[in-house]
Amino acid sequence: MNTYNVNKKGYYGDFGGAYIPEMLYPNVEELRQQYLAIMGEDSFKEEFNQLLKDYVGRPSPLYFAKRLSQKHGAKIYLKREDLNHTGAHKINNTIGQILLAKRLGKKRIIAETGAGQHGVATATVCALMGIDCVVYMGEIDIKRQAPNVARMKMLGAEVRPALSGSKTLKDATNEAIRDWINNPVDTHYIIGSAIGPHPYPDMVTRFQSIISEEIKWQLKEKEGRENPDYVIACIGGGSNAAGTYYHFLDEATVGIIAVEAAGKGIHSGESAATSQLGKEGIIHGCKTLLMQTNDGQITEPYSISAGLDYPGVGPMHSHLYQSGRGEFFSVTDNDAMKAGLELCKTEGIIPAIESSHALAIFNHKKFKEDDVVVISLSGRGDKDLNTYIDYFDL
Amino acid sequence: MKQMNRIHKKLQEDKKLLSIYFTAGYPNLDDTVPIIEKLQDSGADMLEIGLPFSDPLADGPTIQASSTQALKNGMTSVKLFEQLKNIRQTVSIPLIIMGYFNPIMQYGVEAFCKKCAEIGIDGLIVPDLPVDVYHEEYQQIFEKHGLINIFLITPQTSNERIRFIDSVSNGFIYMVSSASVTGAKNTFGNAQTEYFKRIDGMQLKAPQIVGFGISNNHTFNAATHYAKGAIIGSAFIKMITEKGIEGIPAFVSSIKNT
Repeated sequence: MNTYNVNKKGYYGDFGGAYIPEMLYPNVEELRQQYLAIMGEDSFKEEFNQLLKDYVGRPSPLYFAKRLSQKHGAKIYLKREDLNHTGAHKINNTIGQILLAKRLGKKRIIAETGAGQHGVATATVCALMGIDCVVYMGEIDIKRQAPNVARMKMLGAEVRPALSGSKTLKDATNEAIRDWINNPVDTHYIIGSAIGPHPYPDMVTRFQSIISEEIKWQLKEKEGRENPDYVIACIGGGSNAAGTYYHFLDEATVGIIAVEAAGKGIHSGESAATSQLGKEGIIHGCKTLLMQTNDGQITEPYSISAGLDYPGVGPMHSHLYQSGRGEFFSVTDNDAMKAGLELCKTEGIIPAIESSHALAIFNHKKFKEDDVVVISLSGRGDKDLNTYIDYFDL
Repeated sequence: MKQMNRIHKKLQEDKKLLSIYFTAGYPNLDDTVPIIEKLQDSGADMLEIGLPFSDPLADGPTIQASSTQALKNGMTSVKLFEQLKNIRQTVSIPLIIMGYFNPIMQYGVEAFCKKCAEIGIDGLIVPDLPVDVYHEEYQQIFEKHGLINIFLITPQTSNERIRFIDSVSNGFIYMVSSASVTGAKNTFGNAQTEYFKRIDGMQLKAPQIVGFGISNNHTFNAATHYAKGAIIGSAFIKMITEKGIEGIPAFVSSIKNT
């Protein structure tokens, strides 16, 4: 059967794999050999589900956005990941990985973060489990995202500035990988997106797949059918998108829509629209589409949304793009900010700017009146208040 | 008759080998060839020419900073090949290009190998191209162009995997001295000595050359007590940052002379 899921060797079509230095091989191999077995254990599932329910607050509501639907002429449902503890979908993955790390006997957690959302979600679960936590964050991002840095510190994590390269997310990721090379035995690296060497993209996707699992039964209750006509998510590395698509990947009737950040315009030189600007290459251990020079140097992306500001996309998404299974759109800063404000005014929900990109789809694609469209509202906008204030001069 | 690869010839010499890593295009874009010539004249046995990459995962701060500067200076794969096109008129020691996989992939793996062969490059070290992927997808291309691919092992590499790497290796094994990224150290601890002994005891077919953490005569001697040679990278970059090309002869003799 043709599947859009990962194969045994860790590839989605041409993309994925584990292009890692030998120094990382034992860590990644240990994970590869054990992640499915551990995730399949009854005791693991029980603990994971219990924490998702009591600690994260799942299931997250599938909310029928009535006024937004009237406005855009489609039946629009919002999957409310913004209502999770810590304010975004990121916690689904960090809960899963911390439980995995404990079962692997790891004593120390490292993570990378861009805007700080994944860093906060990681610091949170480390506090929950009483495990040491070091979060790498680009020096520039530390300055831009002071409240999240403070949150991580309050939660007991050490925030280490990434001083190399461009001092942003990709450099924080490099630093985290170097830390793992230097601490191969006692440390687990919690990657926050559906990127990295196999098995990370698949593991993160599986932890996030709770999103589409819930959409199925929630939609059945509301619409009498499990499958919507479209699922829509924003994509940086692509973890909320991967979780939103997962149970629909091989359902041919469900349209998969990915929204990337076009920044100031796809060809403005300040963009993160990887599917449009990227070429096949290797970044952070996997083969995927990535933004780079002709010489193969990775270029610095730009988006007003720090969470979409990554020069690659997860290998699953590269495959969805290349195979045509997914429909990709690029949304500018301006489009996204407007769509974010529109949601505030029509539904009383302040979305994260990442999620606002997905909401901007209605300016780019026309749906039918009776189309059931599910949008992943991946995070809430509290963290972006300063950006909203500056942008709209509030 | 096909000429014997210079790496093989060098490995047969009855002495401990000093290999130096440096970043192409650093400190200045056009320093690449003068550095190679000066290193040969000063007695280095083998060289690793670093092709700079924007995101060098396995490298510590010293080498990354030199790579960032080299890229700023305008170094690219195309530029490096242009600089090296006549290198074999003046240089006879083995030359290895060390570079991350993405720039090589963008150049085209086959085209890259072909170019290396034309210039007289003897081997490649591609730290993020795992031995398994190399074996399945690229080994034939490398071999067709007479290039030796060098693999890394670390203290964490299992004996089984070391045997596999040894079976795929056709030159030497790059033995990473400790669980770390690149960077200079002053001494080796007991754990490292134990590891050197363990690998020595495995009687591998490929000789081992130790890298990471070699910075001076002391660490060079400790590493080569068991291994065939040692590689110095970060310490050399630091030296050249401070003293420039003129500092090379004194640096090399300080490592080799006891």
